[in-house]
Amino acid sequence: MLDIKKIREDFPILKRQVNGKPLVYLDNAATSQTPQQVLDAIVDYYQNYNANIHRGVHTLSQEATDKYEQARIKIQKHFNAANSYEIIFTSGTTHSINLVANGFASLIKKGDEVLVSAMEHHSNIVPWQMLCERTGAVLKVIPMNQEGELLMDVYEELLNYKTKLVFCNHISNALGTINPIEEIIEKAHKVGAAVLIDGAQAAPHLIADVQALDVDFYTCSAHKICGPTGEGMLYGKEEWLNKLPPYQGGGEMIAEVTFEKTTYADLPHKFEAGTPNICGGIAFGAALDYMNAIGFDEIAKYEHELLEYATEELLKIDGLKIYGTAKNKTSVISFNIEGIHPYDIGSILDKLGIAVRTGHHCAQPIMDFYKIPGTVRASFAFYNTKEEVDVLVAGVLKAKSMLL
Amino acid sequence: MEIKEIQEEIIDEFSMFDDWMQRYEYMIDLGKSLPLINEEFKTDDNIIKGCQSKVWVHAELEDNKLVFTADSDAIITKGIIAILIRAFSNQKPQDILDADTQFIDEIGLKEHLSPTRANGLVSMIKQLKLYAVAYQTQIED
Repeated sequence: MLDIKKIREDFPILKRQVNGKPLVYLDNAATSQTPQQVLDAIVDYYQNYNANIHRGVHTLSQEATDKYEQARIKIQKHFNAANSYEIIFTSGTTHSINLVANGFASLIKKGDEVLVSAMEHHSNIVPWQMLCERTGAVLKVIPMNQEGELLMDVYEELLNYKTKLVFCNHISNALGTINPIEEIIEKAHKVGAAVLIDGAQAAPHLIADVQALDVDFYTCSAHKICGPTGEGMLYGKEEWLNKLPPYQGGGEMIAEVTFEKTTYADLPHKFEAGTPNICGGIAFGAALDYMNAIGFDEIAKYEHELLEYATEELLKIDGLKIYGTAKNKTSVISFNIEGIHPYDIGSILDKLGIAVRTGHHCAQPIMDFYKIPGTVRASFAFYNTKEEVDVLVAGVLKAKSMLL
Repeated sequence: MEIKEIQEEIIDEFSMFDDWMQRYEYMIDLGKSLPLINEEFKTDDNIIKGCQSKVWVHAELEDNKLVFTADSDAIITKGIIAILIRAFSNQKPQDILDADTQFIDEIGLKEHLSPTRANGLVSMIKQLKLYAVAYQTQIED
């Protein structure tokens, strides 16, 4: 059993008042809050060993390099990657996806097909559209049903020898659906297609074992998993990372360095041009330490309880409809109330100190699918409580009475 | 009445409210009660896209004064539009150009005019001013 009261003590921001009310933070799918342990790691870096890495002979530089590379190993272990150099530090999921999409421009050709799921975040649609525009490849969409589950039989029909890439999120940010990525990966591999899984929404809730999944690319952002913003990681299988050309400037220089050293030892740096977000990488490692100390099994169990309780309580509200009712889903509830614009509900909830997201959640195709302008989205983390669910429900009722 | 006077009047009205809830209820009432725009003008050309709520604006010149009609799909946005229209419609284009929107802060609705709010209101005010520029040029010609 998680001691939520004690856990909440770790998050200074949760003591804040917003509009004169205690903050009820239910926008965790957008960004998670940061515990003191991670804040301490950030301050420790700048106070005690701030230096540029991988190049200085002086002590501070050595210490910073060690800590940064230790963080890479923490991430490697967390996702069970075979090698630490298969973990590339990026500025986040969007950066990771662009890195891969850009790299594939030289590996796919006109007439090739790439598949993307119907429930992707814009960041997992637009880079592939750009890739298709550049190469003449064709983008095809894996459709979903009303519950927000992918139609796996259609997926199988779409796969063929022309399919080169498949992109799908592990968990949908707008609907909370946990996608059957094992099956998606296995089937894609049968036709020789590579798979990138966007793990941005999954990383805060569960541990993906990249070797067991046999996934080609997996990515997530630190700020959704109690880490800092502007930091993330891309896992890529060694063979793929070797095939992809460098993404950002300094490419020539990197080729030269690669010439002098072994390809293996050089691999992460090929994609890490310039001074990285050193503090961010170290804090990312600290965030994983924090989450693992609490335990992902316990987190998943508790969040599931919150999800069930919140779903049950919200559905008691007359006229409320939940979008995304997959059997396998995480603690995200997207909803609307008949006759009310989500923006109006969000505005009133904000006045009550309740932070939710409203709008299309950067997933316009999903909103088009349901023919709605957007939804109100409440997303729960392990530090949220049932009492906060009650505050949300009371807030929605209040908004409804004011607006209807 | 001049824009400044109307704005003072609105500030006076809002000063009677004790808390945000009363202000919001008033705005929601304004939003509900006003038929703001003729349906035929709710076209894609007249739409101002915020990220979240849509705003439509239409402008016409009558006796050298600019008459605005507008609408939104979100009721709170619509309420604020009603307030903006009250302040800026039926005014000379030059006066609209010279006017500011400080009164929105003073009636406690500042957050809705934040550019990050993505409700189309900031773009709407820009659009009102653009119409004023266009019609001012027309009058001068």
